[in-house]
Amino acid sequence: MYPILVLSITGIITLFLGFLKSKKVLLPATLFFVTLAFLSNFYDWNKPGLYFNNMLQVNNYTILLSAIILLSAFLIIALSKGFIDDEHAQPAEYFAILQFSLVGAIMMTGYQNLIMLFIGVEILSVSMYVLTGSDKRNLRGNEAALKYFLMGSFATGIMLFGIAMLYGANFSFNIEAARTVIIQSQMTGRSVYLFVGVTFLLIGLLFKISAAPFHFWTPDVYEGAPTIFTTFMSTIVKTAGFAAIYRILEVSFSPIYNFWWVMVIIMTVLSLIISNVTAVSQSSFKRMLAFSSISHAGYMLMAVVGLSNKSDDSIVFYSLAYSLATISAFGVLMAVSKEKLVDGRPDESIAVLNGLSKRNPFLAFILAISMLSLAGIPLTAGFWGKFYVFSDAAFRGHTWLLVVAVLMSAVGIYYYFKPIIAAYMKENEGEVISLTPFYKIILGITTFGSILLGLFPDLLRSLM
Amino acid sequence: MLALILILIPLIGSLLLFALRGSNDGVSKNVALLTSLVEFVIAAYAFITFDSQTIVEVKYAWMKDLRINFHLGIDGISLLMIALTGFLVPLIILSTFKYSYKKHESFYSLILLAQTALMGVFMAKDIFLFYFFYEVALIPVYFLAAIWGGTNAPRITFKMFVYTMFGSLFMLVAIVYLYIKASTANIQELYTAAKFISPASQNLLFWAFFIAFAIKMPVLPFHTWQPDTYSESPTPATMLLSGLLSKMGVYGLIRILLPLAPVGLSNYGLIAMILSVIGLIYGSVIAIQQNNIKRLIAYSSFAHMGLMAAGVLSGTLSGIQGALLQMVAHGINAVGLFFIVKIMYDRTNTRDLNSLGGITQNTPALSIYFMIIMLGSVALPLTNGFVGEFLLLKGVFDKNAWLGGVAGLTIILGAVYMLRMMQRSMFGERNEVTAQFSDVKGTEIAVLLPIAAVVLLMGIFPNVFLKITEPAVNSLLQLIHP
Repeated sequence: MYPILVLSITGIITLFLGFLKSKKVLLPATLFFVTLAFLSNFYDWNKPGLYFNNMLQVNNYTILLSAIILLSAFLIIALSKGFIDDEHAQPAEYFAILQFSLVGAIMMTGYQNLIMLFIGVEILSVSMYVLTGSDKRNLRGNEAALKYFLMGSFATGIMLFGIAMLYGANFSFNIEAARTVIIQSQMTGRSVYLFVGVTFLLIGLLFKISAAPFHFWTPDVYEGAPTIFTTFMSTIVKTAGFAAIYRILEVSFSPIYNFWWVMVIIMTVLSLIISNVTAVSQSSFKRMLAFSSISHAGYMLMAVVGLSNKSDDSIVFYSLAYSLATISAFGVLMAVSKEKLVDGRPDESIAVLNGLSKRNPFLAFILAISMLSLAGIPLTAGFWGKFYVFSDAAFRGHTWLLVVAVLMSAVGIYYYFKPIIAAYMKENEGEVISLTPFYKIILGITTFGSILLGLFPDLLRSLM
Repeated sequence: MLALILILIPLIGSLLLFALRGSNDGVSKNVALLTSLVEFVIAAYAFITFDSQTIVEVKYAWMKDLRINFHLGIDGISLLMIALTGFLVPLIILSTFKYSYKKHESFYSLILLAQTALMGVFMAKDIFLFYFFYEVALIPVYFLAAIWGGTNAPRITFKMFVYTMFGSLFMLVAIVYLYIKASTANIQELYTAAKFISPASQNLLFWAFFIAFAIKMPVLPFHTWQPDTYSESPTPATMLLSGLLSKMGVYGLIRILLPLAPVGLSNYGLIAMILSVIGLIYGSVIAIQQNNIKRLIAYSSFAHMGLMAAGVLSGTLSGIQGALLQMVAHGINAVGLFFIVKIMYDRTNTRDLNSLGGITQNTPALSIYFMIIMLGSVALPLTNGFVGEFLLLKGVFDKNAWLGGVAGLTIILGAVYMLRMMQRSMFGERNEVTAQFSDVKGTEIAVLLPIAAVVLLMGIFPNVFLKITEPAVNSLLQLIHP
């Protein structure tokens, strides 16, 4: 609960900081604010409770998810150095919006009431629309923002429609109360509003986490947005979205598992197949990562479909493993693509990584670990993430889903190794890339985290 | 504790080398060699003091709530593989002493990392730990092969990597399935739990595990990555792949597949054996026609692995004992042969049998070493290949006489391609390519001498090895044929 208060206030303070002449203070200030929120988050540790008129739940699980969101936010903001140097940018506004969007994301992890979910989704989405188009002079960024906005508001509309239907069926916005009604209605027969409502709500949320077949916006938006916000979208929005989906399905709709699992399993399979197969032929690294994020949505949906007593642990672990690896990958991309401009825009193809092991061995190593983690290869956190979601799916006996996931993981290995091959085995006379020590430390943290969780996965799980 | 030390020493050496970036070539070589020698001494100590009654184990909680443990243990089967790994890695490192590799710290660091993972595979008592090390072993070797390999190496080794990872994922699914059914990850407890798994599931488990291990060894029809990878990789990587990594597949068959899917084995074991034997004949026939020596040895490796797979799948005492012995023998011989190819290529710049010839006239020492190792590979009595191959063939014959007869052709075919290689490269007239061929000296002798000595010693005293593994193999067999 505290991070919501902290970030709301510090967001406004950040806006006022924008009046200062010097823009140098903004980045440290924002990092400080996020750290503050991160620390205040743990004040409620082991003190579960309901807040804001029973609309928000806080327990250890929501705290961990918020912690992952805030940690990712800290790392991403720390990598955004280059963004401030641009004289046309208005960093104060962007940093403020970032903090507000975190408020939305944290609401999505612990909502107890569908209204709160809607508010959370909207805060997060509207912030993202703005940030996607933040590079005003970039035509593709503008296109991406418009696309994202049109499709996103459409999805939100459907979601709101679903919430209204659910209210009609359950006479309450409270998700615990909805569960009671659903269990009671087993005898009397359930209203059709319930099923329509569940479907619409799921569609709205699955759009946000870019699961197929609601993924069409993803590659364009990810590619058009400034890389720093693409990172933000592919980590924080995804973590929050999954927290929201899992929460509603687990708390409210687990009694009607038989109704929704077919739907979710179809979307899981579609996400896995479409994304992995399409990613193979991408020549742009950024676009490849966009498809990779769709595929990871598929893997995380496996935990949702499994809905075992360990699914929440799996989602927490997977979110963290995936966020760390993704931040590293985008961090490398930002450092490398800055060097090379094509048509006035940074070159984001896989070829830009050629010969990276000579130009900057540190970055090449970071890239290799992050790709190994995304591909789910042992020694890295990604492997255990994959193991947990596979176990969840196996728990429910979804063998065919496992087979598809295994085949698609093999495809995944294929395209995740392309950047590694480019970095280590292709030659290129590119210039040596130098990094600021701070940038190095942040990337070092994400990589160290990936390896540490790969060796000792219990570090995180013992907290649960 | 011993088990833990065996894992930690190469790991520390590997990290140390990684930290020594920027030092000169000699330092990394010596650090790597020293580490692997210390490891060898400890492995030798374990080998000598081993007594089948004592079970050496370490166990730490890895994932408490899932009851997955960092659980290592050494029994007879593990011990043999530990000894092999401990023996070969110093020789592989020593074989690079005459050459300098770019980014040498990383190069040696990766070799030691591979050794760490191999030791882990051979000692893991927890099925997830086994899988973990099994996968990790491939990563350093992939990078060794791809970065320091020939011009086509990135493409070819990539195929190998995707191929083997693909197989391993099937194994992962099988492991997860078993784990959920039995709710334990301890391999020993899984053995008991496996009896209660339905025959239909056992059949699926059998194929999932078989495909994973068959790709690693490789067995027909999963071998297509192997000849290219072996010939394009730098020699140390080829030695690691053929000498040690392929043994992980056979070890997996013995340790995982047989006891965990005994019903699957009795239903489909024969089909898998037939595949292996076809691979054996196919590999031998291709080896006879090869003119590139490195490829020739690659195909001969493929043939040998086929026989080992068939022997293990026969599920008989002699088959499994033979496979264990042959794993050691083939590991040692393969490293020796690939090193000799490297020596030839280094001096003549060719691996083509047609351009070589008459090398013996300049090189009495090399000829003797080559002859001994080659005869070990042909399985002449009193060399290390003989007992293993004999037991393997007996195992296959006991299971199915016809198949045993076909597999027996390996004795003839193996002699044909090996002798042909020897004759075309070493004997005959000298030509301008081989005229200046100088004899082996220094570190080259230091590599070849221990190998040749072990080839003979193992051939004369095979019982030393058979006695160590017999109790462990017998207890495995009781699980397969209750």
